[in-house]
This record gives sequence, C-alpha cells and structure tokens, in this order.
Amino acid sequence: MAPKLPLHHPVEQSSTASAGGQAAHSAPPRGLMRWLLTTNHKEIGSLYLIFSLTMFFIGGVFALVVRAELFQPGLQLVEPEFFNQMTTMHGLIMVFGAIMPSFVGLANWMIPLQIGAPDMALPRLNNFSFWLLPVAFTLLLSTLLMPGGGPNFGWTFYAPLSTTYAPPSTTFFILSLHIAGISSILGAINIIATVLNLRAPGMRMMDMPLFCWTWLITAFLLIAVMPVLAGAVTMMLMDINFGTSFFNAAGGGDPVLFQHLFWFFGHPEVYIMILPAFGIVSAIIPTFSRKRLFGYASMVYATGAIAILSFMVWAHHMFTVGLPLTAELFFMYTTMLIAVPTGVKVFNWVATMFRGSISFEPPMLFALAFVVQFTIGGFSGLMLAISPADFQYHDTYFVVAHFHYVLVPGALFAILAAAYYWLPKWTGHYPNLKLAQWHFWLSVIGVNLTFFPMHFSGLAGMPRRIPDYALQFADFNLASSLGAFLFGASQLLFVWLIIKCVRGGEKAPAKAWEGAEDLEWSVPSPAPLHTFEHPPTFRHDEK
Amino acid sequence: MEERQQCGSQRARGVRRTVARTLFALAGMFVFAFALVPLYDVFCEVTGLNGKVDTQGQALVAEEVDQTRAVTVQFVTRTSAGLPWNLEVETRQIRVHPGQSTEVGFAFHNTADSAVWGRAVPSVTPARANLHLRKLACFCFEEQRLQAGERIELPLIFQLTRDLPADVNTVTLVYTLYPVDRDEAALQARADGDKGGEA
Repeated sequence: MAPKLPLHHPVEQSSTASAGGQAAHSAPPRGLMRWLLTTNHKEIGSLYLIFSLTMFFIGGVFALVVRAELFQPGLQLVEPEFFNQMTTMHGLIMVFGAIMPSFVGLANWMIPLQIGAPDMALPRLNNFSFWLLPVAFTLLLSTLLMPGGGPNFGWTFYAPLSTTYAPPSTTFFILSLHIAGISSILGAINIIATVLNLRAPGMRMMDMPLFCWTWLITAFLLIAVMPVLAGAVTMMLMDINFGTSFFNAAGGGDPVLFQHLFWFFGHPEVYIMILPAFGIVSAIIPTFSRKRLFGYASMVYATGAIAILSFMVWAHHMFTVGLPLTAELFFMYTTMLIAVPTGVKVFNWVATMFRGSISFEPPMLFALAFVVQFTIGGFSGLMLAISPADFQYHDTYFVVAHFHYVLVPGALFAILAAAYYWLPKWTGHYPNLKLAQWHFWLSVIGVNLTFFPMHFSGLAGMPRRIPDYALQFADFNLASSLGAFLFGASQLLFVWLIIKCVRGGEKAPAKAWEGAEDLEWSVPSPAPLHTFEHPPTFRHDEK
Repeated sequence: MEERQQCGSQRARGVRRTVARTLFALAGMFVFAFALVPLYDVFCEVTGLNGKVDTQGQALVAEEVDQTRAVTVQFVTRTSAGLPWNLEVETRQIRVHPGQSTEVGFAFHNTADSAVWGRAVPSVTPARANLHLRKLACFCFEEQRLQAGERIELPLIFQLTRDLPADVNTVTLVYTLYPVDRDEAALQARADGDKGGEA
C-alpha cells in the first residue's frame, strides 16, 4: 500500500488543483500565511525575485560604502576593518543572495510555462528552498552586529585568513553558507526533476527553449559543486572549533588545499551565474530580431561544453601559489579553450540578428548591451588566462574589472532584460517605455564609468581589497566612484518602474511581443495562478 | 481521464527516479570533497609537488659520489607566531655533490620561561628536487620539547641522489617551527607509532 500512495498523490493534486484552484481564486489565503505556505511556482518565483532585488540593494549599499571610501586617496569614512567587511559582504550578498536567487526565481516562473507543465515537480520542496534563503541571509547580515564584526576575509574566504585569523562570527557565516547552499541544491533538484519529467507531450529535449536547457545544465553544475563548497566550509568549521588541521600547516594540513577546494567549487559557480543569462539572451534576441535563433543545437552543445570545461580550469585562479610549470600550462590552455564555445554563442547571437527585422524595446536594449559588454569581460578573462601575465594582474583591480564586467553588465543585465521581457506576462502590463529607456542608458553609462577605469588602475598595479591607494590612481577612482553612485541611483528607477507596472499601464495581450514564439506566450497576460492543468500539445513544426 | 491518470503516475515515477539519482550524486560529491584531502596529499607525494616530504628517515642509497657536479643547498628557518623559539642553522648554504651524504646541525633555543612543545615542518623548493632528496635523519620527523631557556642541537643528515635533474643547481630547504598542543602531540605521537608499526 505504501509505495502506491505517492503514485496517486500527483493525480489527486492535479484534480484538486483544478477544483481547489477555483476555490483559491474565490478566497485566496490572506496575509503572511499565503506567502509562507504557497506551493505555486509563480508565487514562489515572485518571492525569489523580490528577495533577490532586496539583496541587490543591500549588497549595492555595501558596494557604495566601498566606493565612497575609495572616492579619494587616504582614509576618510570608514575604518579599514569595516572596509574589509564591506568588500566581503558585498561579494557574498551579490553572488549568493542577488544573482543566484534571481535566476532561480526566473526559473520558477518561466520553466513550467515554457515546457507546458502545471507547476514545478516538487512544489513543497520549492517553498522550503525559498524560505531557507531569508534565514540564511538574516544570519549572514547579523554577523555585522556581532563582536569582532562580520566576515572580513573576502568573498573567497581563503584559509588561514578565514580560520586562524577570522573574527568569532565566522561560525555563523559558515552556517549561513550551508543554509544558502542547501537552498540552491534543493532548487536545482526541483528544476532537473521538472525539466526531465514534466515537459508537454510531444516536446523533446531539443525542442525546449534555450533558457530551460541552460538552466538544466546549471542545475547539474549546482548538484556537482555545492556539496564541495559545503565540504570546504565544514572543514573550516572543524578547523576553527574542533581542533582539526585541514588547512593548518602547523598540524600537517595545507592552506593551498583550501584554494583548490574553493575554486573547484568557485569556477563552476562562475558559470552557474552566467549560463542562465545565456538562455535569457537566447530568448530575447530572436524575439526582437523576428528570426529563429541561429544554431540552436550548437547553442546547446556549447553550453554543455562550457559546463564540462568549467571543471578543468579552477587553478587559473591560483597561478601565483607556486604551481608547477605543467599545471600552469594545462590550466592556461584549458581556460583559453573556453573561449571557443563562448565564441560560438556570441557569433550565434550576432548571426541571429543578421538581416533580422530588429526593434529596440527595453529587453532587447539590455540583451544587446549584454552581448557587447559580456564580450569585453570575456576578453579581459582571456588576458587573465595568460599565466605569465597573470602574475602581474593577480589581485589587482584588473581582476575586479574583469569579473564585474561579466557579472554586472553580464549576468545582471540579462536578469534586467528578463524582467523587462516577462513583466507583461507577470503583471499584464507593459513597463513604462520612457522610464525603461532612462533606466537602460543611465545603467549603461554608470556601469562603464564604474568598471572601465578599473582596467587601467589594475594594469598600473592598484591592489584590490585595500581601503587606500597611491595618488596616481586618484582620477581613475574618482571616475569609478561617480559611476557607481550613478549606477546605484539609477536602479531606484527600476523599482519605481516595477511598482508602476504592477499597478497599471498599457495592457499586454497573451503574446506580448510580436516575435515571441515560446509556449509561455500562449497563456493569458497576466498569467493566471494555475496554467497548463491540461498539458498543451506541442507541435514540432514550430521549431 | 484514465489516460491522464496513467500519464500522471508515470510522471510521478519519473520525478522520484530523478530525485533519487540527484540525491545519490549529491552524496557522492560531498564524499568526494572530503576524499580530496587525502587524494591531495597522495598526489603531492607521488609527484613531489608542494614540497611535501617524507616523515620518516630513509636509507642511504649506496652510489658513487658524483665529484664532477656540485649543487647548492640552502637552508631557511622560520618561526611561526605563538612559539617563543629560535631556530638557527650552522650554515646558510653549502655545496654538495650528488650521492654524498651531508650532516648539518640545527640549534633550537626556547626563549620562554616554561617548557613548550614544538615541531619543524619542512618544505623543499623546487618541488622537483623533492623526489631526489633523501633524509637519513631529521629533527623534522618528530616533535621536540624544550625546557625553559633550553638550547639543543639536532642534526639533519641528507643525501641528494645522482638522478637529480641536471638543471637543478640550487635546492632550498625551509623549516618552519610551529607550536604543538601537548594533548595533540600525544595523539600525534601515537598515530606516528601506528604508522611506524605498519612500515
């Protein structure tokens, strides 16, 4: 009897979903409990997106503290100890609290709609994996108020800085990373289960929109590397509290082992933060070029190739720790090899636009800016991959410029593009065009003013994570700080725009964009709480 | 309706299978992360990377001394924070012939006014030389206990084998002193004893 029970469960659920769904519409559970207990993929998706937007502003304020201190040479506003906490917390919050959850939020909202599924495969797990996040980040932020302050060892938390020399709050930091990691893992399991099992009848894997493909591969990366991160922070925890010596040379351990473990997680993590962005851009560019995506299959294979290669390049973050020559060369060449599948993607996007009938709605603006600026970040990545040159670039602002180019005008712009693209589907209204254009241009100018000068200060030797700098870097830093405040302030426009869009605006039809072809555009705008209770039949000739 | 139910149960089975597989992969990767710790040591030992050296004395390789070649061996000593010791070496640098065994004296001095346990952790640069360096006796194989103000001399006897790569002209041996917790030291001694028994 017992094994039969789960078999009946989803059937019951789908029948109650249609019956109970009606009830839910007439009398939705009110107040906080509705959001605490919801198992609806759209509501959980919205929760994820709102949470990550909140974290984006918290992490952004930390970044502005850093930029305010670096506005002029010398120490003006904050103590160096607090400066270190700000750089660390900015990185941790943006990576684990803003970028990753916003992609999970988009996946929650859009994957079931794109594959014609009624909901995620494991709705209750979905609820749990979201609500772990506020717990994790409340814990992480609370370390700032603890004696000795919060984490101050950089977002990479290298041992022994994060073990022997760390503030007492580090144990709480470890716990919060564990919780956030479990949340990501559960989210990944859910996405894999949904994509592999809940596709509409007739939809093959190679019929899926690219966003589903890139997320599926991202989810596999998460499954592979989040346990390694969990292992590494567990070793830290034991080194700090239980007298082990994983990373302590005095007890026979090795601090370099920490770096190997961290970057074995950390490099695939970089792709976890960019592959879903590739999927988003691969949806937007064909829509506004009014052409099919050029080279769909090669896009899928390129994504897979990037994912596999990401496990073979981790030591390019560690060129200066004293690797043997063979390892330096191996990691240099594998890193450069990643440029090939990435190049395939960029050329495919360009080829999609070639002879297309292009229009420049806000999602397209952000997607185009993504392609150009992500490529700039890719090029500086190639420079950093050159092992002999990296000895000069290592731990300078050049590295800061590089990874901010792939993460801010890269990942973040893709998320903003996705928001503009799917806001009509979420709210039933088009976002205000004028405001969106202001937001776009201020963001582009702000982002480049902030990060482009960092290339120069970095090449000239300005070290990262230091609250003061030599006078020769003053002008570059002035420009960067002005750009950062412009960029930060212009994101308030985005919040205002979203609030306006939720409240009203030009009504959007089911197919909100002329060239949009995927399944999500076949449901009404705004998407009702329950969609695809009867799976749609997918026709192959669409592709 | 019947068909839909069947489809639903098929999906449920598929979901459960996927979840079981991903959980299995997760557990595997978590174990793998911890397995990387011993694997890392094994990898370093096999390749001689990272200056990891043997923790036990090795036998002298009887081979003819290569008088035609001389290699510079440098000694660097360091004391980590928290250990009130000085470590001095009788000579900073010597020239040796491959195949020849050489003894160098190291002087340990406890400047504190209480007895302390300490340990010297070795490292070899370039790492490639590591596989060709044989230590016949070394103070770094065990922990030392020095009384307040005590000063002792301990030897290092080593041999560079003749198959040392031709382009290695200088070998640097670094010894870093670390404090040892007394309880930990007892544990370590027992663990070393076990290892000795196996060998």
